[in-house]
Amino acid sequence: MITLEHYLFLGAIIFTLGVLGIFLNKKNLIIILMSIELILLSVNINFIAFSAYINDISGQIFAMLTLTVAAAEAAIGLAILVVFFRNLGSIEVNKINQLKG
Amino acid sequence: MVLYSLTFYLFSSVAVLSALMVISAKNPVHSVLFLILSFVNASGLFVLLGAEFLAMILVVVYVGAVAVLFLFVVMMLDINFVKLREGFLQYLPFGALLGIVLVIELGILFLTDRSSNIYNNQTPLQPMVNEVENTKMIGQILYTEYFYLFQICGIILLVAMIGSITLTLRDKGGVKRQNIDSQNTVDASTAIEKKKVKIGEGI
Repeated sequence: MITLEHYLFLGAIIFTLGVLGIFLNKKNLIIILMSIELILLSVNINFIAFSAYINDISGQIFAMLTLTVAAAEAAIGLAILVVFFRNLGSIEVNKINQLKG
Repeated sequence: MVLYSLTFYLFSSVAVLSALMVISAKNPVHSVLFLILSFVNASGLFVLLGAEFLAMILVVVYVGAVAVLFLFVVMMLDINFVKLREGFLQYLPFGALLGIVLVIELGILFLTDRSSNIYNNQTPLQPMVNEVENTKMIGQILYTEYFYLFQICGIILLVAMIGSITLTLRDKGGVKRQNIDSQNTVDASTAIEKKKVKIGEGI
């Protein structure tokens, strides 16, 4: 019998892996963006699991909103990354120190 | 019910393992491919939960658009990935400690006894033949109760689109463009020029 806790554990594990990815790949901006996608995926899993087990469809609507925001965030993040790479020739996070006023 | 459990464990274990590979793969292209695998497995889990529409949207939007966008960027930019891997293991003990603490805390939170709340009658939505299907249910509530949220979503996507286009637009010289203003203000006096051409000579 799969209960709500199983899904919540899965979401927690994927969330933690996402946070860990930001820690480990401190320099690579692309992997950091992918880790953020993983975190948003875990949020979606939680939303839909709650929606199914409470028998309320609203959770799926909110999962859709999360998906929209995730797509917009990925697009803008990658655009910023491309501009950054064009200007500096590198995507190391610790070189982003030019946003001075 | 046994089949349901087996499917859940299969999909969730593959999702977790591929998420692990996303953050630990040496080649970012492999990372993106594992991200796709993770999303596909998550959409399988959504089907198990009775959210078919969201599962399909997840495959279309994430695998079809976002992951391919990542793939494009990874392959398009000429990045020295070996240099970026430096110091990967430097933060591993600290990160692992933090991760373990986070998982344990979240687990304790889920497992605490919630005796008097709404989660108690845990019967997941089973796909039934006579019931209103998932897509119809979402449509019925999305365009009535959450209509403004839906429109705000559209605005967010529009702003993101315009933002990413203006960020990456480069103004290269030497490109011929249409000048619509000057085209529209043309009349006979400026468009035609009369010249007298002498016989036997050109202009």
